[in-house]
Amino acid sequence: MLHYPHNRCLAVVPAYNEQDSILSVIQSVREHASDFDILVVDDGSTDETLHFAEAAGARVLRLPYNLGIGGAVQAGFSFALEHGYDRMVQVDGDGQHDPSEIHRLMKAMEADRSIDVVCGSRFLTPDHQYPAPISRRTGIHIFAFILSRIMGQRVSDPTSGFRLYNDRAIALFARDYPHDYPEVEAVLMVHHHRLKMTEIPVRMFLRSGGVSSIGSGKSFYYMVKVLLALFVGLARVRPVPEPGEANPVAAEQGI
Amino acid sequence: MESRIQVVAIAGAVALLVIVLELVRRRRLMERYALLWLLSAVVILGLAVWQDALQQLAQAMGILSAPNALFFVALAFVLLLLLHFSAAMSRLSDQSKVIAQRHAILEQRVRELEEARARLPSSREGEEASLARWGR
Repeated sequence: MLHYPHNRCLAVVPAYNEQDSILSVIQSVREHASDFDILVVDDGSTDETLHFAEAAGARVLRLPYNLGIGGAVQAGFSFALEHGYDRMVQVDGDGQHDPSEIHRLMKAMEADRSIDVVCGSRFLTPDHQYPAPISRRTGIHIFAFILSRIMGQRVSDPTSGFRLYNDRAIALFARDYPHDYPEVEAVLMVHHHRLKMTEIPVRMFLRSGGVSSIGSGKSFYYMVKVLLALFVGLARVRPVPEPGEANPVAAEQGI
Repeated sequence: MESRIQVVAIAGAVALLVIVLELVRRRRLMERYALLWLLSAVVILGLAVWQDALQQLAQAMGILSAPNALFFVALAFVLLLLLHFSAAMSRLSDQSKVIAQRHAILEQRVRELEEARARLPSSREGEEASLARWGR
């Protein structure tokens, strides 16, 4: 087990109705990444997710209603910022991310201090066998193609949520994180703010329980929506307000 | 334009104006949302009363029948209002998202503080003292 004594590390586990998998995810993070504090963000679950997470001894943010993955993860960023964490990794509550790979994300970040975001990619291993439906893989590859052109570097898996963030990225995303399907747009924000991102190959599991936020029928809707968000995001006047500017979330001034 | 439709248009616009003003007076409608409604009522009223302006507007837009120009303007305002409400809704959902996040973070902090206090050996006496201070 590697230790990073200078960093305070937080593992954020967003979970929405994941009672079948949340326990094993928490135990696995504890086992494989023992120097990470665990924060479960319960996104308004209606099942036993909350109680299982609390029984497992994790700290839990209890959102009063379902915000969607973007709002849940942003709550994690805010928590990390407020409590002075300088490393944050997102590990989905459905068990598709493998906590034993966290230390590899950490190693990649420690190897190059200029890197702000390390992303675990499913598609970097030569024998990548990610058994997702073809409709979803097509969407992922289209996003990957577009983002690679924009970023000027290869982005192979822009929909992966298995990411490690440093303090700069935490501060950025605590202020502004995209809404519904945030991962793709977040890559664009990383680019806009001149942060550095890199990818390392990881294995991912198929979901071990619960229902994905993206059903197969919704894949197309998802793709169109993210494409819209991407192109609007490209043309956005101010991606994120700089200190001293108007708050994007504020009482309305005019009509 | 026939006088009957003119009367209907004027009556409708005046009714809208009165209703909006009454809602604002009773504080059921915030001024910032009332402004667009008032503006549209006034413009529709103005065009209904002032026939020449409506004629010219219809001509400028290539509409043969002047009353249609009135409907067009009214429809334009309705679209504008709907867009305005979509924007307002986006803002509100953004605000409620931030509140939910802050709420969850604060709640977690309170729970942690309460647990920490419960573990303090002197917590019982402290609790009783503060209860006594608050009185019955």
